[in-house]
Amino acid sequence: MVEALEGSQALARAVVLCRPGVVAAYPITPQTHIVENISKLVADGVAKLELVSVESEFSAASVAMGAAAAGSRAYTASASQGILLMAEVLFNIAGLRIPLVMHCANRAIGAPLNIWNDQSDSMAVRDAGWIQIYCADNQEAIDSTVQAYRIAERTELPVMVCVDGFTLTHTLEPLEMPSQEQVDGYLPSYRYARSLNVRHPISQGTLVGPDVFPEARHSHHQALLNSIAEIESANADWAAVSGRDGGGLLTVEGDPDAEIGILAIGSTIGTLAEAMDEYPDRPRVRLIKLRVYRPFPINALREACRGLRKLAVIERAFSAGMGGIVGTEVRASVPGVEVYNYAIGLGGRDIPLGIYPRILDAMETGDTGFRILDVDLSKLPEEDR
Amino acid sequence: MIELRIHGRGGQGNVVAAYLMAAAAIKEQRYGQAFPAFGAERRGAPVQAFVRIADVPIRRRSQVAEPDFLIVQDQALLHVPGVLVGLRRGGGILVNSIDSSEHLSEQTGHPTIAFNATALAQRHLGRPVPNTALLAAFLSLSEVLPIGALAGALSDRFKGKVLEKNLSLIEDAAQQVPGGIWKTMRRAPEVANG
Repeated sequence: MVEALEGSQALARAVVLCRPGVVAAYPITPQTHIVENISKLVADGVAKLELVSVESEFSAASVAMGAAAAGSRAYTASASQGILLMAEVLFNIAGLRIPLVMHCANRAIGAPLNIWNDQSDSMAVRDAGWIQIYCADNQEAIDSTVQAYRIAERTELPVMVCVDGFTLTHTLEPLEMPSQEQVDGYLPSYRYARSLNVRHPISQGTLVGPDVFPEARHSHHQALLNSIAEIESANADWAAVSGRDGGGLLTVEGDPDAEIGILAIGSTIGTLAEAMDEYPDRPRVRLIKLRVYRPFPINALREACRGLRKLAVIERAFSAGMGGIVGTEVRASVPGVEVYNYAIGLGGRDIPLGIYPRILDAMETGDTGFRILDVDLSKLPEEDR
Repeated sequence: MIELRIHGRGGQGNVVAAYLMAAAAIKEQRYGQAFPAFGAERRGAPVQAFVRIADVPIRRRSQVAEPDFLIVQDQALLHVPGVLVGLRRGGGILVNSIDSSEHLSEQTGHPTIAFNATALAQRHLGRPVPNTALLAAFLSLSEVLPIGALAGALSDRFKGKVLEKNLSLIEDAAQQVPGGIWKTMRRAPEVANG
């Protein structure tokens, strides 16, 4: 049944449908609505779970980690500065191979202080060892949430489902919630093989010396690479259950034979797709939506880029002093394709349909250097331009 | 596609108004999208929210820069820079005001309807919250959606006395503006793009 739902309200329901045992909540807008809605569902008796209000994001991640280590299906969410405060725990969760799901309601990081959407937060923890899935719309976010638990539990890797803050979390649109039966059938109750148990004590997180540390890191890297197959099957199986396919690792639309491509991540893709129709005098491109960013789907990306001459990578974060983050990785992955790389929409700057011809025009210049495409240099003193 | 921008002040139920309008469209088996423009929100500060209604899925996420219609919850906002910016030629403005429509039309340069939503809300709800009365008046003027769709959206959000009062308010509000006079101002429905 299609319902009119706000993104964060739908995500709260999606989390509850997955029957988590423990939810750790520390509010930070724009994620606040998700845990707020979960707490309402708990208060209404709809959700049977332990909701733990903590005093910081560090604790939220720690509580979720502890609960998952003890074998409970656990959840938390954060954004922006909150993700940074969690960062140490995020690395530990992944390193300990604890299956956990969280939402990152993507938002800029200060300074300067800014509450609006970009993806600097999740990109800052891309090396934490988590699987990262970026959602193009709220329907995909609902479906990815359910898939995330299956992926986490089958791979023993944590999954961060990234949804653009405000742009998705605070947008009301027609959404289809899965039924409890669909989710239960897809996501059976789960037993964590290494769960903490007083009758069968084990130690986790002990000191690991140089004698085995590289091996631990290698096995983590391998686990992430191997999770590709699990991510693809999780999507295919959920598509069979729900009738909806948000795309596995990435999707391609637009003109499949075009020699010019645009790759984007997150909610920008819908605007670009509509812009192609809105500017009929401009060429249609091959539009690539990168859904899974970690593990980096290099083979699928090469396949999607086959026959491309030029590709623009559009992202909502960058590494100051270097340039694009996704763009740099894509450039290293598709030799033979001329990769252009632009950041747009930083700190919530609106991304209008007119960005499409601007991207195409910028690619015409042949200058492949990174830049913030929608920057207004007239706002800066001469020496900063 | 029809695009609306709703201007109000923090505390006037701007976001709720946008959500209700999109939800009403979804009730009618159409596609609706609504979202607020976020700022440092506080009571009384100028705020805006956006609504799109279409017959095909809406994928763009950009703010509504060139609305077909404006709903303005406080007449004083007409003087705030940016409020009228981008309104399409001939686009209609519905303003919560005790002024006359003629005077406001002259002032804005667009077809403008003045409607005292605050007084009507005060009478029905006992609170000066103009949002649902304005939505009903807008639907009556434009016939973008039937009033029943708004009633349906309200029923999903509110219960009991609050719902009852709002339902009587929107019925009354819809009667108080010249029905259908903005109907021709709607753009032709778009065709699904293969």
